Amino acid sequence: MSKKMQVAVGLGLMFLFMPIKVSAMHIMEGFLQPGWCIAWGAITIPFVLLGFFSIKKTIDEKPRLKILLAMAGAFAFVLSALKIPSVTGSCSHPTGLAFGAILFGPTAMTVFGVIVLLFQSLLLAHGGLTTLGANAFSMAVVGPFVAYGIYKLVQRLKGPRWLAIFLAATLGDLTSYMVTSIQLSLAFPSEVGGVVASLYRFMGIFAVTQIPLAISEGILTVVIFNVLASYSKEELKDLNLLTSEG
Amino acid sequence: MESSVVKNKNKKGLKANIILILLVILLAIIPLYIAKGSEFEGADVVAQEAIRDINPEYEPWFSPIFKPASGEIESLLFAVQAALGAGIIGYGIGSYKSRKVNVGKND
Repeated sequence: MSKKMQVAVGLGLMFLFMPIKVSAMHIMEGFLQPGWCIAWGAITIPFVLLGFFSIKKTIDEKPRLKILLAMAGAFAFVLSALKIPSVTGSCSHPTGLAFGAILFGPTAMTVFGVIVLLFQSLLLAHGGLTTLGANAFSMAVVGPFVAYGIYKLVQRLKGPRWLAIFLAATLGDLTSYMVTSIQLSLAFPSEVGGVVASLYRFMGIFAVTQIPLAISEGILTVVIFNVLASYSKEELKDLNLLTSEG
Repeated sequence: MESSVVKNKNKKGLKANIILILLVILLAIIPLYIAKGSEFEGADVVAQEAIRDINPEYEPWFSPIFKPASGEIESLLFAVQAALGAGIIGYGIGSYKSRKVNVGKND
């Protein structure tokens, strides 16, 4: 299927499912007005579809990468289960999606991110079904795209690979939570000061809390790459050709 | 000769990884001292309070379909999630490693 066709199918389904219930990252269940839930969900749907096609392409063309693909999803599972204390006196968790985004491209990780979010909202009452779209957009769309972009940028600037990986994972993680803050401040502008005042407040809650965790995610992503670099050189070589996702 | 070079490189990598993991642990422990006395609840709970404060009239219009009956059960499910992921990663690394050992034997 051509790229254009993929986008067309994605957009078509987006409009078809517009009125569907959506839920997002770690905005809690019911804590976003229906209009916002639907809008963020609709924006996310095309990325999920592109992700399915991208994963299918990877598996079809390089079947031996299947294990690595499973590991990329598994890494997100592990990291998003770790609720870590932060300097603000509250807890949050990393997303673990940058690892896979660097390997397989950002949209593949949108799919895994949505799976993690579904697991957490259905079984853990963490995040929510209604907020799935908004949470998926911040964590599984913006995060992986930022990570992928930063990785490519540092590579182009001839920075060392570990630095590219570290910055990609750290900044991808951090921007996810900044987007969450933006989403909440758009939905809940303050009476005095409006969106900006709310943004300041939500950034203090999500983004500041996330700083040490984002650094941790950066470090852990470097660790897993170190391990792969010693045991699966061939797969990594395969991927240098594959990560050039359009 | 060549294999010993590879081995040394792996050892160096292992050392670097151990130091990096210790750093991550440190990053998780330091906040316990910096923010001593805090409740360390989830950032989402704090955000929920902020929403109530900004817009007291807002009523959540949907509640979770299923809620773990207690904090213990919730941590069980989080542990299951982490264990599943860790199992798959371990399997992957193990299979790559055994392949490498076998290839080495054939040479």
